[in-house]
Amino acid sequence: MSYDATHAPSAHHDEHEHHQQETTIFGFWIYLMTDCIIFGTLFAVFATLCHHFAGGPTGKELFDIKNVEIETAILLFSSITYGFASINAHKKNKGAVLGWLLLTFLLGVSFVALEINEFHELVARGAGPDRSAFLSSFFTLVGTHGLHVTIGLIWMLVLFFQIMGKQGLSTRMQTKLTCLSLFWHFLDIVWICVFSFVYLGSVV
Amino acid sequence: MLGKLTLSAIPYDVPILVGTFIGVAVIGIAVLAAVTYFKKWGYLWREWLTTVDHKKLAIMYVILGLVMLVRGFADALMMRTQLALAYAGNPGYLPPHHYDQVFSAHGTIMIFFMAMVMMQALFNFVVPLQIGARDVAFPLINSISFYMTLVSAILINISLFIGEFSNVGWLGYPPISELQFNPGVGVDYYIWSVQISGIGTLLTGMNFLTTIIKLRAPGMKWMHIPVFTWTAFFACIMILTTFPVLTVSMALLALDRYVGMHFFTNDGGGSVMLYLNLIWSWGHPEVYILILPAFGVFSEIAATFSGKPLFGYATMVIATGIITFLGSLVWVHHFFTMGSGADVNTFFGIMTMFIAVPTGVKIFNWLFTMYKGRIRFEGPMHWIVGFMITFSIGGMTGVMMAMPAADWVVHNSLFLVAHFHNVIIGGVFFGYVAGLSYWFPKAFGFKMRDVWGKWAFRFWFVGFYLSFIPLYAVGLEGMTRRMNHYDNPNWHPWLLVACVGVFVLAAGVACQLIQFVLAAFDAVNKKPDALDLTGDNWGSGRTLEWSIPSPVPHYNFARLPVVRGLDTFHIEKELGRPAPVADLEPIHMPKYSAVGPVLGACGLLIGFALVWHIWWAVIVGLVVAFFTVVHRSANLDVDFYVTVEEIRADEEAFARRLAAAKAAE
Repeated sequence: MSYDATHAPSAHHDEHEHHQQETTIFGFWIYLMTDCIIFGTLFAVFATLCHHFAGGPTGKELFDIKNVEIETAILLFSSITYGFASINAHKKNKGAVLGWLLLTFLLGVSFVALEINEFHELVARGAGPDRSAFLSSFFTLVGTHGLHVTIGLIWMLVLFFQIMGKQGLSTRMQTKLTCLSLFWHFLDIVWICVFSFVYLGSVV
Repeated sequence: MLGKLTLSAIPYDVPILVGTFIGVAVIGIAVLAAVTYFKKWGYLWREWLTTVDHKKLAIMYVILGLVMLVRGFADALMMRTQLALAYAGNPGYLPPHHYDQVFSAHGTIMIFFMAMVMMQALFNFVVPLQIGARDVAFPLINSISFYMTLVSAILINISLFIGEFSNVGWLGYPPISELQFNPGVGVDYYIWSVQISGIGTLLTGMNFLTTIIKLRAPGMKWMHIPVFTWTAFFACIMILTTFPVLTVSMALLALDRYVGMHFFTNDGGGSVMLYLNLIWSWGHPEVYILILPAFGVFSEIAATFSGKPLFGYATMVIATGIITFLGSLVWVHHFFTMGSGADVNTFFGIMTMFIAVPTGVKIFNWLFTMYKGRIRFEGPMHWIVGFMITFSIGGMTGVMMAMPAADWVVHNSLFLVAHFHNVIIGGVFFGYVAGLSYWFPKAFGFKMRDVWGKWAFRFWFVGFYLSFIPLYAVGLEGMTRRMNHYDNPNWHPWLLVACVGVFVLAAGVACQLIQFVLAAFDAVNKKPDALDLTGDNWGSGRTLEWSIPSPVPHYNFARLPVVRGLDTFHIEKELGRPAPVADLEPIHMPKYSAVGPVLGACGLLIGFALVWHIWWAVIVGLVVAFFTVVHRSANLDVDFYVTVEEIRADEEAFARRLAAAKAAE
């Protein structure tokens, strides 16, 4: 078996690249659907355990809706800024892509910071994940979302430096940006469910 | 520094384990020494360990599956001999704590590391060849899947010699699997080995679903897809819909044990019933994930060895789809006794009975395929006949237990154990072994000696009935599963018969291993009548994989086939093959990569460190894995072109072999 790379005509290569791009995005979609089931299961767990307070605090006593509203606004806004990054990526406008990515990144970091702050306050008030089944399922569901956002941020950072580097806005990079875009918007949708069912559902 | 790990974790005072360890160590050192002596490390690394070729990954999956089959089978031997002895005051030779680990390991290994591994082997080998693809959609992820499976199998075996394994059964029911009742590392070994292998399986599901949807050869419409690939397609859908639930269940159990959360604990508002629902809404579809590809194998074999097209292709596909749908709606039948109420139990009971309908359709399709066919009873065909009889019996006892009222009587008894072995051995295992012997010549270019395969079948068939029919009887007499010893004199004779049966099964396993060894011997000696010159070893192959040389070139198809209908290769044989295109083109292929083995090593380190609470090692594993992925994503040199000269040389050699085969006729 030989591995000598003999370069084929570039038209052939482009066609392959295009096909691979489509397949990659499709595969990533399928991965996202499995992630969706992970969140779905966690929502089901929360629905089962959301009244198992074990004598501890309830959501109504704990949640600060103001804070959550700010988090929501930040995350939704970061989806818009990512959208602008995507548009500029299609226009091959490298500087603008980097700028919008940076803004998205900062918004994402503030979201995670607010969430960590919220968790910290809850634990400090004696309402940590080991207090009751309700709090276990709350921390796990919201924490899993937060972990996804964090992974998305790390991914964004890696892509940021790769775009700055030799890869630029190559076809391969466009594919990666599309995948991250799907991931980022997906997390937004999940957050809307978290906001509606977990926070609003607990305080009304 | 080493978390909970101390020298006392090594069970040097248990003679069985010390003996096993010495055996494993001797074999391990012998293998390593042989590789070193023959200077094969470089070859092994370059050609196998870093491979992204789906055919080589398939072979590595098979080897892993066979090793784990022997391991899981050893557990079965121990259980049956224990129960033959431990009667009327005799404690047997396995103390309860050890015995509990043995049955937990047996179940976990046979499902996750034997059956799932063999299934992925078949997916890997067969699916791309049947749909006329040159590889899977994501070859590197395919390699990562394999390594996740491999290292979790290694992790479960480490538990033999460092610490202990779970002692709460193959599904780790809480609350007994919670820290309060199980402070040791056994359950942690279980959680992380299942979790890591689950990630591998999930990636496999994603990869093969994408492959089947996106990479089919030109002209292959949906209803031109061979049946095995169809069953793989539906199994992938079930993997993707249910393995995330397993991931969540294991994660929540881990959070309970590691962080003191209260998902399934007795106190703090935890709900044990939630775990049962979660784990079985994965666990029941899982058995269909296993059986559907076995149905696919039988469909291919029935058609090939009857010399007829498969009877009712469309109904076969539809039945598979219906089983996929219904299979996701029956999980409560595993715990009718939990008390979900009459309405819920009735719904799930009726859904369970419904599944017998599409399954019955399949059985009749295979029968009608054979009816008036020109049947040849070669090795693979033996397994399908054995399967149809055995699986039907297992199916009937399943329908019996689908009635909630009847299930209350036999719940958790050996009747249940007999039932699921009846369908898993008689269905899944027979199917995978049949598949192994059916596609073996395609993978290696030479045949196995059929006579040993036939003897393996005979021992497995008889051994199965001897081992498990007695369990139906003692189950009806009230013997519950997972018992370590007993006093009831009525049970003893049955358990003695079952013990004889397991040794007959052992003879079957031995025949299979001998068959592989002799095949390797024939290959080394280049025994002329063992060679498969034409690529169509059985002479009546119908699907694309039989149209290419055996062993298959690394790029699979010199020219992408143009599909003209169902059973393309058969059509080509009837109508004549399309004239070869004169101008071959260079083929674009992925380069081999060390990312798989490196991520596998990280996975093993992380898993082991999590079991023993060695937090710094967890972080090291995660950091190395992260930089490996980033490094890979920055690497632009990941593919190459196979030269036209190489392809032409392969094609000419194949043409010469075909001519030689023709002359020999």
